[in-house]
This record gives sequence, C-alpha cells and structure tokens, in this order.
Amino acid sequence: MKKILIFGFALVILVGHFAAVAPQKETIIVGAKHFNEGYILGEIIAFVLEDAGYLVDRRFNLGGTAVTFEGLRKGAIDVYPEYTGTISAEILKMPQAANFQDIKARVRQEFGLEISAPYGFSNSYALLIKKDKARATGISTISDLQDHPDLRFGISHEFLERQDGWGVLSTFYQLPQSPVALEHGLAYQAILDERIEVMDAYSTDGEISRYDLLLLEDDRHFFPDYQAVSFYRAELPDETKSALQRLSSSITAEEMQELNALALFGKESHAKIAHDFLVKKGIIQATRLQNTGVGRDLLDKAFVHLQLTLLAVLSAIMVALPLGIYLYRHPRFSNAILYAAGIMQTVPSIALLALMIPLLGIGRIPALVALFLYALLPILRNTVIGLFTVDPQLKKVASAIGLNDWQRLKLVELPLAVPAILVGIRTAAVITVGTATLAAFIGAGGLGEFIVTGLALNNTALILKGAIPSAILAVVIELAFEGLERGMVPQHLRQKNQ
Amino acid sequence: MTDRPNLVELRHISHSFGSQKVLDDISVNLKQNAITAILGKSGSGKSTLLQVINGMICPNRGEVLFDGHPLDYHRIQAQRLQMGYVVQQVGLFPHMTIAENISLLGKIKAKPAHEITERTKSLMDMVGLPLTYLRKFPYQLSGGEQQRVGLCRAMLLQPPLLLMDEPFASLDYATKQGIYGHLLAIQQKESRTIALVTHDWEEAIRLADDFIWIANGKVKESGDKAMLKEMKSTYLSTL
Repeated sequence: MKKILIFGFALVILVGHFAAVAPQKETIIVGAKHFNEGYILGEIIAFVLEDAGYLVDRRFNLGGTAVTFEGLRKGAIDVYPEYTGTISAEILKMPQAANFQDIKARVRQEFGLEISAPYGFSNSYALLIKKDKARATGISTISDLQDHPDLRFGISHEFLERQDGWGVLSTFYQLPQSPVALEHGLAYQAILDERIEVMDAYSTDGEISRYDLLLLEDDRHFFPDYQAVSFYRAELPDETKSALQRLSSSITAEEMQELNALALFGKESHAKIAHDFLVKKGIIQATRLQNTGVGRDLLDKAFVHLQLTLLAVLSAIMVALPLGIYLYRHPRFSNAILYAAGIMQTVPSIALLALMIPLLGIGRIPALVALFLYALLPILRNTVIGLFTVDPQLKKVASAIGLNDWQRLKLVELPLAVPAILVGIRTAAVITVGTATLAAFIGAGGLGEFIVTGLALNNTALILKGAIPSAILAVVIELAFEGLERGMVPQHLRQKNQ
Repeated sequence: MTDRPNLVELRHISHSFGSQKVLDDISVNLKQNAITAILGKSGSGKSTLLQVINGMICPNRGEVLFDGHPLDYHRIQAQRLQMGYVVQQVGLFPHMTIAENISLLGKIKAKPAHEITERTKSLMDMVGLPLTYLRKFPYQLSGGEQQRVGLCRAMLLQPPLLLMDEPFASLDYATKQGIYGHLLAIQQKESRTIALVTHDWEEAIRLADDFIWIANGKVKESGDKAMLKEMKSTYLSTL
C-alpha cells in the first residue's frame, strides 16, 4: 500500500510539472523543421514576435513537413517557416508552376491556414559551378552547360531520384553529361578538389558564399519557386499577423546564404545569428539574449528526457500489469493481445511517432503515448510469462492448503513472477530512454534535441552531447533496477542476467 | 475397528479422467482423531481420493460428507482451511521464509500476530526444529527439515482434518523414523483426524490406526491396525 502511495505521489509530481510547463494563452508557439535554415528562420520569426511583445514558445527540431504541417493544422504550433514550393507540391499536391496567389487562396480554403508575403528569397534546387571555372568557360546559365559535354557532374542521390529531379532537368535543358551519384555532404568537398565541376545544391546553402561558387541561372525557369514565407494559423490575432509581415522582402538569397554559413562555420547560436541579423536590418530592437548556460541546458533536457521515460514506463506498468494478470486468468485472449502488442513493437519508432501526429498533434503528449505503447509489450509479455511459469506444483499447493484465487495470485504467483516482471520493466525503461531521443522530432524535447540538431548541422559534438547523457541515463536506469531487484527479490530467486 | 464417530464419509465416489476410471464406487470413512492410512500402488487412485476429500476434485458421482455435511464447492476455500494439507514434494513457497510459510494461513484468517507467533514456536518445538530456522528460506533446509516445516504449516490453524499425500516418500530411512516420532508425538498431544496416503506398508503399520487399501480404483480391503498386520504377511508380494 505504501509503495502504491509513493508511486502515486511521484506521478502527481511528474504530471504536475507537465501542467506547469504547458504554454500559456498569450504565448505564440513557433515551430521549425530540423535543418540549418529551418532553425535560423524559426529564430527570426520568434525574435520578430518577441519584439512585438509576445511570449514565444520555440518548438524547433520538428521532423519534416508532415510533422510541422500537422502540428500547425492541429494548433500544436501557431506559425513556422515554410517554402511555397513545398506547400504547393507536398501539401496541396498542385502542379509545378502554381503561382503565389493560387497557393495562398487554396491553403486558406482547404486548411484555414495563411501564408505571409515572401521573405524575399527562394530556396530551390540549383546547379553550382566554381567561379574560376565559370570565368574560364563563360558559363553563367544552365543552358550554357549544353556546350560543355566534358564537364563532370556530381549529383546527389536525392536529386537523381526525385521525379522532378535530374532526369527531367537534363531532358528539359538537353544536357549531354552523365552524372556520378554523390552524397550531398561530400559534393562540396569534391567540387573544391576539382573531382567534379558541376553539382546540385540548395540555392541558399551556406557553402555557396564561403567556397566561391556560382549559382547557375535557371534561365528557362525549370525549378519551381521555393519562396520562404511564414505559414500560420488564420485564427492568429491581426496584430500578430502584421508583426509577421515585417519580414516581407527583408532577406535576400545572398543574405540567407551568409546566415547559413555563419551557423555552419561559426560558433554562434542560431538565436544569436538571427537576432544580430534582424537588428542590423533594423527590423527589431536589440535585446539581451537569454543566455542559458550549457550545463543548465543539458540538465533541463535530461530532466525532460527522464520525465518522458518515467511517465511512459509508469503508465505502461499501470496498464500492462493488470492486463497481464487478466490475460493469465483468461488465457483465451492472451495470444491475441500479445500478438497485437508485438505488432505495435515492430512499427518503427519514428513511424509510430509520426502516426501520433494526426491523432494528437505534436509535443509531449503524442510522444508520451508512443513511448507508452512501446513500453507496453515487454512488461505485458514478462508479466504473463512470469505468471505462467510459476511452478504448477506450488500453484496447486496454494489452492490445496486453502488460498482462494486472489490470495494465491497475491501471495504466491505474483511474488514468484516478480523477477520476470522486473526484467520486463527494466527492458521497457531502457528501450524508452533510447526511443525518447526520437521524440524530439515531434517537438517533445529531451536529449534528442541535441541529436536532431547535431544531425541537421552535421555536428558530431552536438550529437554526442545528446547521445552520451542518454546512454548514461540508460546505464543509471539499469543500475537502479538492479538495486530494486536486490531489495524486492531474495537472492536465491534472482534471475541471472543474460 | 475402533468405535469413533466419522469426521469424513465418502459415499459411492466414482471419478474418471477422460475415459479412464480412477475411482470406482468408493465408500469409506475417516474416523475422528484416528490416523487412517490410504494404501495402494502408484496410479491406484489413492492421491485422487485425497483430492476428492479436499474438494480439489469434484467427483463425477457420489458424495463427500465433512463433519456430517456435504462439501459445499462454492465455499470450498473456507472448508479447506479446516483441512491441513501436506504434499509429497513439500511445496514450501520458495520466496517466503520458514516463519512466513508456517504463518501464511494464520495471516489469511487474520489471527492475532502474537497468537500466530506462539503457535509457530510450539509447532517448531514439536517437530524438533530450532527457532533460528524461522528466518531461513526453504532452500537452506534439508528435505526432512522441509517436510517438518510442511507439517507445521498444515497444523497451524489446528485443523480437525490433516491430509497427507505421501509426505515422507522422498526421505531416507533414518529421517523417516525421526519424523514418524514427531508425528506420533503431535498426534498424542493434539489428536486429530489424519488421512495418510502411502505405498509403504511399514509406514502404515507404524503410524496408522486404520487402513484403506485401494487397488484399481476400488477398495480392496479396509480395517484396523491388527488387520493391517495380517494383510501385510498375506499380500506383501503384491503391493
């Protein structure tokens, strides 16, 4: 009974904390996708809103268009930076050459969402060439490439495989070259080393300005326009919308390249880069940047991580344990339910997280539900197996000496199944610590934020900053369970570790 | 046969497992405060008979009367607390200490703690086990010691009926002799009705007042100790 009380108390504290961090009404929630430019534009929107007097809740690191768009639709975020080409092709499924006004009207009509005036730059696919090579050959447009069949092209796997990628482009411009496939990250090094002469890129990549590369002009307008805009909910107050309009025609492609380069090659945070840029352009007043120390940041994220893990595992225990007991008493259903729980386990975690979005939006709740579903099976299975494998002779004895079914369960079967159940909970907890790193993709926070940002920026140190503490957390949980087992199970009944 | 009232009466008990008939029209009685040996080869149906008395098995046919009343299978647990049960492979619960094993039924019946402690101590004394054992776990005890603990557990609530299913079968000769002494001493001190299932004639002669011999699911013979001794010389080779 005492244990149950402590359990309940811990739960209240955990949940209470959750409620406390839930955003207040006057707060605007700004989302951003997990790539370099996404973070910078997210910060830019956030600073403009803060300058206009709003509190801003930053939900960056969101895992792609599907996540952010669903988040926006469900009201889990209020605004995020997006590209018109992405909206027309991926969200509205419109034909390539959709114009801005059509896109604006259709998102309004179909989803009740709005887009701001363009920021002033387009981030589309583009072809690059070194500037000295361009001067030597006189190439400045994509059409010019036709006359140089001996140029070596290095094209990214993604662009090669896209339906509107290399295949269509080369036909459209009648390009005679046959490219080699390259990882996008390696292509810049290859073009600097002159192992290739032409590569594909995003037109605002930070490397373009740093490496003296030339964007070839899309002279026949093959690439659709990917104008950067603020994508927001129509319900936002008019003042908020007009604050967002401050960004219209305020960022050029060159400026965006430079901002990306600063983030990639410099040491400054996305927040500082965005802030300094906006101040320099006179869009916002300079403010003192919130300086969360590195240690504090790490502790905060580790706490959120632990909180997600514990809440998910605790709720999984509360469901799986009674369900396991029920299945033990009614074995008819046990196979069906265990199969179902097993199937849940085989859904890749990132997919399960994504599936939560249409149902529950983004943030901690859907992450918690997904983690809970993951933690369910190990506990459920071990509870059922633990109970079934209690020595049948002892079960018979328990009944024979006069224990009723409930007493037999409580005094004999459950205590003897405890070692197996503990192993199940332990497995669930360790799985959850690992899977919780992916929760960052749907805006749930935790140590995964470092990992996701690190992946987006190709920054190993940042990845390790998330990976090492979460590994330590897993080890700590293992040790805690070892201690728990020592306390709960007499030595001669402990399960040997595999 | 001694002239005591019957605590348990079995009337025309028949039972089958699937197509195999294990008990075939058995009518026998267990006399109050007597030790009745239920003899037979393995597979003769003697253990099944014990489970019929205990209500673990509800026979296809016939009736079990306990203290003059038919067994009520709807409240069988309460009735089982009136019947101590000692099983063949001891069946002590490995996660409980000796004290916890012995006192288990007392806690279920919500007996006062001091009463349970007193009773546990006096039982340990009766079976000749040191009190220091109370804190040990079953695996730390020898087979004979465990069997004695099993006896204590069955006796805790002072049940009027004690059912023993080949309790000493796995023990060596010397250990058996010791436990026989303890059992008889207990029986002398607080006599109760005991059904002792065994395949060992010597054991039956040493312990029992009466006997029932089961063969192929039927009662082959039954009677008192004098008759049992006679039977032994006649039938020794057949059992």
